[in-house]
Amino acid sequence: MYVAVKGGEAAISNAHRLLADRRRGDRDVPALRLEQIVEQLALGVDRVMAEGSLYDRELAALAIVQSRGDLIEAIFLVRAYRTTLPRFGYTRPVDTAAMLTERRISATYKDLPGGQLLGPTFDYTHRLLDPALAAGGPVETPAHRAADDERMPRVSEILAGEGLIESDGELPVDREVADITREPLEFPMDRDARLQALARGDEGFLLALGYSTQRGYGRTHPFVGEIRIGEVELELDVPELAFAVPLGRVRVTECQMVNQFKGSAKVPPQFTRGYGLVFGQSERKAMAMSLCDRALRAREFGEDVVAPAQDEEFVVSHLDNVQSTGFVEHLKLPHYVDFQAELDLVRRMRAEHERASATVVTETREAAE
Amino acid sequence: MKNDRRSERQEEAGRKAAMATLAAAPALVLADLWAAAELPEDAQPVRGPETGLVTIRGRIGGGGAPFNVGEATVTRATVKLPTGEVGHAYALGRDRDKARLSAIADALWQDPKRRELVESRLLAPLRAMLADADRRRREETAATKVDFFTMVRGED
Amino acid sequence: MGTTDRLDGGFADPIFAAQGVFRAVMDAMARPGTIRQLAALAAPPAPLTPAGAAVALTLCDHETAIWLDPALQASRAAVAWLGFHAGAPLARTPADAQFAIVSAPGDSISLENFAQGTQEYPDRSATLILQVETLSRGQPLVLRGPGIATTAMIAPAPLPRHFVEQWRQNGARFPRGVDIVLAAPEGIACLPRTTRIEPKEG
Repeated sequence: MYVAVKGGEAAISNAHRLLADRRRGDRDVPALRLEQIVEQLALGVDRVMAEGSLYDRELAALAIVQSRGDLIEAIFLVRAYRTTLPRFGYTRPVDTAAMLTERRISATYKDLPGGQLLGPTFDYTHRLLDPALAAGGPVETPAHRAADDERMPRVSEILAGEGLIESDGELPVDREVADITREPLEFPMDRDARLQALARGDEGFLLALGYSTQRGYGRTHPFVGEIRIGEVELELDVPELAFAVPLGRVRVTECQMVNQFKGSAKVPPQFTRGYGLVFGQSERKAMAMSLCDRALRAREFGEDVVAPAQDEEFVVSHLDNVQSTGFVEHLKLPHYVDFQAELDLVRRMRAEHERASATVVTETREAAE
Repeated sequence: MKNDRRSERQEEAGRKAAMATLAAAPALVLADLWAAAELPEDAQPVRGPETGLVTIRGRIGGGGAPFNVGEATVTRATVKLPTGEVGHAYALGRDRDKARLSAIADALWQDPKRRELVESRLLAPLRAMLADADRRRREETAATKVDFFTMVRGED
Repeated sequence: MGTTDRLDGGFADPIFAAQGVFRAVMDAMARPGTIRQLAALAAPPAPLTPAGAAVALTLCDHETAIWLDPALQASRAAVAWLGFHAGAPLARTPADAQFAIVSAPGDSISLENFAQGTQEYPDRSATLILQVETLSRGQPLVLRGPGIATTAMIAPAPLPRHFVEQWRQNGARFPRGVDIVLAAPEGIACLPRTTRIEPKEG
């Protein structure tokens, strides 16, 4: 029998009120302002922008406060907000070579043109908790040094001179750029669709997969050709103006991961690349993304697909943390009727099982007699 | 004819540069400069100000085929001056007032008689401020540049 | 494009106007043959009409390609106006368009030229906005089908040549086929692909 039940409105409303109270916490402690989060928890904001797939610092900061610092909940909020806005268009592709660079390093070339710029990095810190920060004392201003305007070619350009590295990924020119926010996922995917999915994929999931490729699940031997972080200009073509209209700048992190490739019947041995491009200062994510991008190109290079990181359907179906959390967390919602049906089924199977063993006992006894 | 085309292109480049400066301007700074500049603010809204999304595109490998990275909020406005000029503005973010003022500035800029005013009172101070901020950022980054030196090992 | 193009005449209050017009389109699709007033009109350059443009601004955006009939394509002002207010790209062929705006229905290409959708995705078909002069003074059409209790009647004009036969063929392609919004000065009426036009007796 199915009985519809309704109720819980008062409980839900009081739960939300309680949530608002707990979110605010002790009223004697000053409330957070959004600009404090934007300025002082900037990398958390960057992660919410990247995986929420919406570049807007203040909105990401609001989402972080509203979710009490639960970043996946914050990403969910941002994704929901996105759907309420109309879309004006697609920007012209950003030119990362013309970036206002804030960090740029290479693990393959010590003396690359433009030099190695460490920028605001956690690298070479000792990972010791700093009590001075807890005390909130004054902070030194950064050092300055005259900046040369030396061009910073992408590291791929350097190797390309010798023909030792594959060229940038090309797709047929007349084809429309894939957009996973508009078309349902279909496998196999083209690389543009895959990169879009990876760019907003869960950092933890991609990190684990990237790590798995290094541990032998998918044969790679990667080097960081280059990581660069900085701001790029955006331009949009609009029908009312004859030129592309400038929109301002966004900060992105780009990673070029270089992998050796033994060559095939058609292609001589050379280096191949995995590519990562992520909103904000998100180095770990950009590196993990580029490892996964390369692993997912296995089919393209005729490599055996033997590891999870090379399995496109597995990776792309599970990398979105809004989808993942929705399906995992829906399990806590009422399943009273489903469970009732399962309960009936188990009771019936149990009864049959008992009847069957009773028969076996009887038969055994009869045989013994 | 050829000269016409060239001056048209110069005009376009100048207008685009002005729009770039306005888009990059912090909203509060623009509002303060505007208040001090005594520019006419009388304009009829044609569209917006309204906030929407643009999809940001990158290129595979940095220089290859385009792909979609994610969205960004953008606010735009279009206004018409009593004298007939139509001005447009687009900028990242959700500041409607900034979009409205920028659209009026773009419309005024198209009038040769008022262009100089927009350039000197609005764009010049903004450009100076933005260039200064960029230079400071470059210099701070340059201070973290690694200078390698080789250790001499062994004798002779 | 120069600044001489006329860009005013969009919805004065885009959000509420679009919501109101959307409601009218939805009701008219749900009850084929009924005439619905539009909550707001646009003031576009000719040969766009206030009703046709209002429906276009409501349904079309940056992600929906529009096909324009030759008379509209020839009007630079109309093309610029639609591009500015709807942001919609122009489709190269009728088969690439999600929406078509037809300003001269009497000269229209036949319905089968537009996107019909696929068996798996019948929604990937075109919606045609026909700018007609009247919904009541043309040849009467008796309608039957889902959303109509017994029969309904409208008399739009002008219509594409051999429209009744074309519409029968459109119905035969079900679940594929196009849907039509008839936009007239007195309001709008719709012909979804499920509606049948009865052969007139006598």
